[in-house]
Amino acid sequence: MVSFGQFLEVLISGLLAGVLYSLVALGFVLIYKASGVFNFAQGAMVLLAGLALVRSLDAMVAFGFPPWAAVGLGLLFAAVIMAITAWLIERFVLGPLVNQDGLTLFMSTIGVTFILEGGSQMLFGSDVYPLRLFPTDAWFFGESRFPGGILVNKLDVWGGMIAAVLVAALAIFFQHTKTGRALRAVADDHAAAQSVGIPISWIWFIVWLAAGLVALVAATVWGTKLGVQFSITFLALKALPVLIIGGFTSVPGAILGGLIIGAGEKLAEAYLGPSIGGGIEYWFAYVLALAVLLIKPQGLFGERIIERI
Amino acid sequence: MLYRETGQFKTSYTADMAIFPIRQDRIALWILLAVAFVGVPLLANFHIWPLGSDYLLRAILIPFLILALATIGLNILTGYCGQLSLGSGAFMAIGAYSAYKFSTGVHILLPWLEISIPPLPLLPSILLGGVMAALVGILFGVPSLRIKGLYLAVATLAAQFFFDWVFIRVKWFTNYTSSGSVAAPDLYFFGVLVNTPIERYIVCLIFVTVFAFLAKNLVRGNLGRQWMAIRDMDIAAELMGIRPLYAKLMAFAISSFMVGVAGALWAFVYLGAWEPLAFNIDRSFQLLFMVIIGGLGSILGSFLGAAFILILPILLDQVPHALGIPISVETVSLLVFIVTGALICFLLIVEPHGFARLWSTGKEKLRLWPYPY
Amino acid sequence: MRAPGGAEVAADDILLSVESVSLSFGGVKAVSDVSFDIRKGEIRAIIGPNGAGKTSMLNIINGFYHPQQGRITFKGKTRSKMHPYEAADGGIARTFQNVALFKGMSALDNIMVGRTLKMNRGFLWQMLRVGPALAEEVEHRHRVEEIIDFLKIQSIRKMQVARLPYGLQKRVELGRALAMEPDLLLLDEPMAGMNMEEKEDMSRFILDVNNHYGTTIALIEHDMGVVMDLSDRVIVLDHGIKIADGTPDEVRQNQAVIDAYLGIAH
Repeated sequence: MVSFGQFLEVLISGLLAGVLYSLVALGFVLIYKASGVFNFAQGAMVLLAGLALVRSLDAMVAFGFPPWAAVGLGLLFAAVIMAITAWLIERFVLGPLVNQDGLTLFMSTIGVTFILEGGSQMLFGSDVYPLRLFPTDAWFFGESRFPGGILVNKLDVWGGMIAAVLVAALAIFFQHTKTGRALRAVADDHAAAQSVGIPISWIWFIVWLAAGLVALVAATVWGTKLGVQFSITFLALKALPVLIIGGFTSVPGAILGGLIIGAGEKLAEAYLGPSIGGGIEYWFAYVLALAVLLIKPQGLFGERIIERI
Repeated sequence: MLYRETGQFKTSYTADMAIFPIRQDRIALWILLAVAFVGVPLLANFHIWPLGSDYLLRAILIPFLILALATIGLNILTGYCGQLSLGSGAFMAIGAYSAYKFSTGVHILLPWLEISIPPLPLLPSILLGGVMAALVGILFGVPSLRIKGLYLAVATLAAQFFFDWVFIRVKWFTNYTSSGSVAAPDLYFFGVLVNTPIERYIVCLIFVTVFAFLAKNLVRGNLGRQWMAIRDMDIAAELMGIRPLYAKLMAFAISSFMVGVAGALWAFVYLGAWEPLAFNIDRSFQLLFMVIIGGLGSILGSFLGAAFILILPILLDQVPHALGIPISVETVSLLVFIVTGALICFLLIVEPHGFARLWSTGKEKLRLWPYPY
Repeated sequence: MRAPGGAEVAADDILLSVESVSLSFGGVKAVSDVSFDIRKGEIRAIIGPNGAGKTSMLNIINGFYHPQQGRITFKGKTRSKMHPYEAADGGIARTFQNVALFKGMSALDNIMVGRTLKMNRGFLWQMLRVGPALAEEVEHRHRVEEIIDFLKIQSIRKMQVARLPYGLQKRVELGRALAMEPDLLLLDEPMAGMNMEEKEDMSRFILDVNNHYGTTIALIEHDMGVVMDLSDRVIVLDHGIKIADGTPDEVRQNQAVIDAYLGIAH
């Protein structure tokens, strides 16, 4: 029999894991909201940011820098790398493709994914690099009510708090700043935005830079959780079900989607898993997204598109 | 001989609609077929360069043929019908494992269902593997009426990851082996044992030639036009009387059938022994790249794309060695990533229709050569 | 049944009739309680200022939009809404305001798509492309070539439509609609974006289609000269409501119409 305590534990760890997914999904939402492009390379960007961070950090610590300085400079270095990457992507890939349709742009981001995956490992190495930016031990609470207490991973909690701050910052950015408004205009209609004088190249650079910084944040948390390694890029794939449930253009939706997917996965694994053979987490998120799509073809919060001809 | 159409007047629509209306193209095709069916086996038999060793056959030609077949299948779905699929690896797996079960005997003993089929000969097993893949394809195609574009791609990902899991966890598919990997039975086609690389090559060549011919006819005909109409503007297509559900399900079915057969061939003829990892998401992406680079909506492009993606790692490995530059295996694999990615971006910018369009543009220029226009 | 001109019209001369049809999207009422009919063999123009609901009206007839209220009677059969397949199968063909050609195909293939409903050989025969399938393909190619001759687009038949100039694209689109051998042809601004010469060509084609094939035509058009010359009867819509219905002369003198347009003299 399953105790309520166990259920809570699985639920909480699932929700927190979901928040971590949201961190990656936020990068997607940012770019899609601002340029209408679905950036398949977001996962690769997390890898690049993580590698730049951890390698520079390790190098500086080995050189004798005090840890706090190393972390600060490492973050700065990684941010610069992401800025350069954003500029390169805008200049050589997105710029030339500016008026193409969504599918072409999407496929170009697949191309960018592969370039980033290969390039980042070539520049920074392809081992597994552990990252220790947050405490990773566990925290027990409620020991009086539930036998053994409820285990909550401190890293997950940090991740949750960071995600909350990020969401708040992004929400303010989009709603209340001039650049944010310009971004929303560009997402709606490239040509129209250009015609009112919004400089698309600059805007896209800003967007990809912002997404790169979001990727850096995600890398700090995921890097600590899994170590910075190639398999982190598969997070991009996991973000897709999150986006389907939360909507491609909603920042709070990305959080909600992440929560649902994270909790759903862990609960399914814990309760359905034993009877089917385990390993359900591998596909549950996608099948859940598929089920949602069957009922609502544009996702849970997607806008119903009225087709005109 | 100059590449000219002068003097080649078509006197019937049948002649105008032939696969290769230009005589020079037909001659080129016959030469290619002669080389493929006769030349290669002869050279291999007598160990003449470049078929001195088995390497070219085993490592390049056989996988090229099978992957080209899979690419044609994916091209039908994604290139002609415009339905993006990221799960083609799963369909290869379904074809492979189904063929395995059919060739080793299917016994289902459930309280509500009892089926017992003795082991089938190889050819029916492979084709039935394709049929199983087609049935699953139709299942995943049903949502495509309401779910479009990127959302559909996620649904195909669901198929990919789900079947990855199925073939690992459900021991029935691997006949309860302890290791989880399976070995194909001996390959008997019409009583003849196929074992040597040349024989395997011929089997693959026959499959691919037949399927490529059927596919080419299909995409030139009514159904092919319906697919392209749906891809280009599905609303207008529906208003012309095209039934999107029928056309899309046919695309999923036929595409999955070919990909399933390719999967069975990959497992039985190329690998011999395999495990589910052979058909994972990397394979799906590999096929997608072959389609994009070769050219969306082109049978010829499927061949070009498959050849390119297959040869690229070998090129990137051999060329530096030939030039004397030391390069590690790891660096080569990373370089493959970078070059593949860069090429996709480049092609999308310069020629979104891939190598196939570059090829036909080249032919256009050739028709005018030596005149510039 | 009396037509506005006063002549008696037999019920089975009416090809399409639309009764009290209303359509809204969310809060926007595109079409409000519109009724009219189209007689066999006539050229019926639908005119009105921008946003009047003309294209929405065609979309309803086509089955692309489903009205919330009202009925459509086509060839004697009454429905509350059409489905695209029913419309196409029943003999309704259409061209679109923004040319909706299949950009990845040649002009010839685009027109061949129009023959889809008439092509019946299963996919297995198509794969082999011998005997019945080939014969069917050739037969329909004959028909399509007749249309290509009629529209004088022989020289561009093998070209990708995306590369064709706008005027030729519109002609190919007309050919695609004609390939369906429709009883009712819906044309949505067939002359949009054309110069004088192209308009004359298109007008001639439309008249020829009407005379030669006997096709009933409903067309949306802004060019008043074209409307007056070509059409037998005219409907005027404004903000989704029908404000006039009659011969071109009657409509031209209708005060409500003049008010609605206010200054659109052509």
